[in-house]
Amino acid sequence: MSVFNQSRSNIIRLIFIGLFVIIIAQLVNLQILSSKYKKLAEENALYAKRVYPTRGIIYDRNGKAILNNTVMYDLTVTPSQVKNIDTGYFCQLLGIDTSDFRDRIIDARIRNGAFRPTTFEDLLPPDIFAKFEENIWQFPGFNLQDRPVRVYPFDAAAHVMGYVGEVDSNIMKRYNYGYQIGDYVGRSGLEQFYERELMGQRGIEFWLKDNKNRLVGHYENKSFDTPAVAGKNLRTYMDVRIQQLAERLLVNKVGSVVAIEPRTGGIIAMASSPDFNPNDLTGSEKQTNYGKLVLDVSAPLLNRAINGLYQPGSTYKPIGALIGLDEGVITPASGYDCHGAYLACSHPVKCEHKDPGHAANLRLAIAHSCNSFFCNTFRLTLDNPEFRSPRRGLTKWKEYANAFGLGHRIGIDIPSEAGGNIPDTTAYDKEYNHSWNSCTMVTMGIGQDKMLVTPLQIANAMCIVANKGYFYVPHFVKSIDDKDPADSVLNRFNEKHEVLTHIPDNVYEVVTNGMQDVVEFGTASAAKIPGIDICAKTGTAENYRMIRGRRTKMKSHSVFVCFAPREDPKIAIAVVIENAGYGATWAAPIGSLLLEKYLTDSIRSSRLPLIEKLTGTNLMPRYLIIQQFIEDSARAAHWAKQTGDSTRWKKFMTPSIRSVLLDTFNHVFMPALSSNIQNMPMDKPKNNLKIKENDSDSNSN
Amino acid sequence: MINRNPAISKGIDWSLIWLWFILCSIGVMSIFAATYHEGDSVLRGFISLKTDYSRQTLYFVIGCIAAIFILLTDSKFFTATANLGYALGIFLLLLVFPFHSRVKGTESIIRFGNAFQLQPADLCTVFVNLALAKYLSRIETDFYKLRSQLIAAAIALFPAVLSIMQHETGMALVYFSFFIVMFREGLPAAILIIGFSFSVLVVATLLVEKNTLALVLSGIAGIAIFILRRQVKRNRGMLILIVGIWFVCVGVQRFVVPFVFDHVFQPYQVKRIYDAIGKDYVPKNELAEREIEQKKGGSTDDNYNVKQSKIAIGSGRIMGKGLLKGTQTRYDFVPEQRTDFIFCTIGEGFGFVGSTIFLCIYLVLLLRIVVVAERQRSVFSRCYAYGVASVIFFHIVINVCMTIGLAPVIGIPLPFVSYGGTSLLTFTMMLFILIRLDADRQMVLR
Repeated sequence: MSVFNQSRSNIIRLIFIGLFVIIIAQLVNLQILSSKYKKLAEENALYAKRVYPTRGIIYDRNGKAILNNTVMYDLTVTPSQVKNIDTGYFCQLLGIDTSDFRDRIIDARIRNGAFRPTTFEDLLPPDIFAKFEENIWQFPGFNLQDRPVRVYPFDAAAHVMGYVGEVDSNIMKRYNYGYQIGDYVGRSGLEQFYERELMGQRGIEFWLKDNKNRLVGHYENKSFDTPAVAGKNLRTYMDVRIQQLAERLLVNKVGSVVAIEPRTGGIIAMASSPDFNPNDLTGSEKQTNYGKLVLDVSAPLLNRAINGLYQPGSTYKPIGALIGLDEGVITPASGYDCHGAYLACSHPVKCEHKDPGHAANLRLAIAHSCNSFFCNTFRLTLDNPEFRSPRRGLTKWKEYANAFGLGHRIGIDIPSEAGGNIPDTTAYDKEYNHSWNSCTMVTMGIGQDKMLVTPLQIANAMCIVANKGYFYVPHFVKSIDDKDPADSVLNRFNEKHEVLTHIPDNVYEVVTNGMQDVVEFGTASAAKIPGIDICAKTGTAENYRMIRGRRTKMKSHSVFVCFAPREDPKIAIAVVIENAGYGATWAAPIGSLLLEKYLTDSIRSSRLPLIEKLTGTNLMPRYLIIQQFIEDSARAAHWAKQTGDSTRWKKFMTPSIRSVLLDTFNHVFMPALSSNIQNMPMDKPKNNLKIKENDSDSNSN
Repeated sequence: MINRNPAISKGIDWSLIWLWFILCSIGVMSIFAATYHEGDSVLRGFISLKTDYSRQTLYFVIGCIAAIFILLTDSKFFTATANLGYALGIFLLLLVFPFHSRVKGTESIIRFGNAFQLQPADLCTVFVNLALAKYLSRIETDFYKLRSQLIAAAIALFPAVLSIMQHETGMALVYFSFFIVMFREGLPAAILIIGFSFSVLVVATLLVEKNTLALVLSGIAGIAIFILRRQVKRNRGMLILIVGIWFVCVGVQRFVVPFVFDHVFQPYQVKRIYDAIGKDYVPKNELAEREIEQKKGGSTDDNYNVKQSKIAIGSGRIMGKGLLKGTQTRYDFVPEQRTDFIFCTIGEGFGFVGSTIFLCIYLVLLLRIVVVAERQRSVFSRCYAYGVASVIFFHIVINVCMTIGLAPVIGIPLPFVSYGGTSLLTFTMMLFILIRLDADRQMVLR
């Protein structure tokens, strides 16, 4: 009987084997052919946690940390663990109300799920942190998560140090350092320029996560992890005491100070005013503070030391003299018979001195800053018979000026440096339709006309004069800790640029003699410091500004340059105070005080009242106040137009101000807006948009 | 019939016992891999009996004791009590209705206190197998008669009906495996072919658009008539047959399948079937949608299970990640890991090579059982052996196909490997009864 139907046993075997073959075929498909499952599995179960190293510290020349790290705390919440907490007390500690609390918990649940921690409040202020640290045990589910934050212990050098902010898409595209959304990156100053050194190397830890996305442990016993390497520390040439003094002296002024060590190009101090407290851009309030800074028309975020463009005025004169001497158009004995004005061209150029003989030779001309002498020198340079054409003379002159580092970017180690302007023939060809001569631009000889330079460039030019022909590119960073010196971004700063060493030393001597006389008995006698030979030059730069569409002559810029000691110069300083008046009045004392502080380590007690006087004087130009008013009121009007909410607008709506505004807008910018102002109700805030009152306060400062 | 050597080891097929032992060990190891958490003390885990792997070990020990008892039993006991056992099995199944407790959506489990629970549907396969073997081996039974065939089918399918009533569709399907036994005993092959064609038709109905399929069927019918045109000319009946088949097919495709899916199956079952063939299921009405939601229990849905299971197995690659190294199976990505989806642990941990070896062990077991079956003198033993092979085969195929996404999610365990006392005991008893019967293969049992 068993033989009966026996062939069917083979069929059954075939069925068994057949289905197993199908299963194995599917396994081949899943496990060998298709690679997506491995990737999916890793996405499922692996979490690459980025470990952020601490950023490098920036020290000054005396080893004091100007930019350091500290730890601040975020309050995080794991919603699933929040149970039985005293919500009222919690909200009281944090200063929020209970509905806000509920919203944030719901928000956290939505964003990260109930089982993972989400930031509830970031960067707790110290007082709130202290309260929470004591009471955190009362709030299960809440944790204090530490987070490294940049701190500026001296509240100084905001523009130089820069700040960190979250990366944007541009940065991520431009640099391929592997940034991710939410990473912090240096956004200005040294923080930006030395980003690669400061940021260190980010580490990656591979964590295993479970089905609820909780981290459960290290993957493969950390064997795939990359440890984080801390950022490298920067040692700078800066002297934080000088920096602080400079910033103090610039309070309530618009201007800047640059102090360079001529022998190395190391920048000792660089201040720009108005400035801001760099610590404002680190804490929890940074967004608000940043908004305020951006809306301030006096542009506190602007580093005027490298971005401010000024006519150098008389501070150019030593350079003009050097060019003339090297060209052979003047000699140290050359003089000019000045009677209070330069009259050789159609427009007279005024001179401050009338007494004959004040420009009897070059040295006296520099000491008395004779305009006529230098106008003449400039014309002689351009009309040099050697070239037989002012066109070629100007080109040659421009070569000299550029060699002095004027009118082009020098290449300092902080970003966004401005180039300035030394005009060439094309600029005048265009303006004067090819018919011009040396008279057309004669005031360039006294640092006016189209010449535009930055304070950094003037300071650097002084370094060249002090060094008798060479310079190092001005830079902040002396060395980078643990960095192989052979392969360093700093190499280009160690390169000596011998741009004007072909000018003999005795020629420089003539000019420095004159500059020393400026301090001894000339315009900058206020800068005299006993025992130190100072070479200096003051400048009073005429300037114009477009105000409400009109080219308005403003009060002169007060400019001052100096270097000292005369033999073996240790510091060269440039000071520019916008719209302050004579160079000797404001800029010179500031430069002199910095010089004294740096060279003698202290300031004579007799000069302390001078510091008080300088600090206490408000030289903010008036147009800024008007400008601020216009901007704020225009913004408020725009807001009112868009939303119908006139609460911000209200405070600008007195009849007199309204007429000012109408006057402004009718003529210039926005015809649509001015008609809008005319149609505005005089004083009728709309109540239906009360919610927006809060942010109106914060924005329209 | 007179056994001169009373040693129980006489005539025992040791290869089956070894295969059984290997599979049970793999089972304990896989459950260990799936549920062990880093830092737990392994020894304490085994002693405490609180962990799943220690419990599985306990069940294995109980299974050993049961096996020894079975080996000590006289073979005739099984033939004698087969019908009684069937009655007991049905009684247990019926008992579920008043005493069931709802676990994971099924109503097929009886609980005794907290720790112990019984799933009669599992156990019942043994009794059905015995009863069917008993019926087929009766001298009076002439399996070529339709009546006998119907009775045999009824014996096999009656528990299936009860299982369906308990919403335990997976177990119900298992009873269909007895058709393999019947096929071996002379059930016309046509029935199997028709059954197979029917399932192909159902799947095609789901996959292919209605009218297209109707056209394809018509085309096949036309080609059939064209090929068989000579026979058709000679015999009108052939034409009528073909047209009749075509008519039935279109009817099934047009009306029966939609009707069954809408009115007989639960919405979640329909969704599982759709998931398995890779189509989105759009519930017909809100009620169905809500039922699916309820079935999901809010957190996991079957599609998720299958996806995670495929990811786990697929990420094992060729050599696997190694025991306890699987990231997917160890961190609860695959639900029901230790029971129905235990194959994932093997697939992820040991990769393609390991899975293939594992499957080969099963295949060797099955083929060995077939060999054992064919050497029986007694019809009862042969039928029973085929029954064992079929039931185990069905479990393996459906379970593994489910984890690799070839079959809908049907909750049936992997024999000897999945966590679960009833399942392990059932299969052990089933196998050892076969070993006992095989040991007495010289006897003719009725």
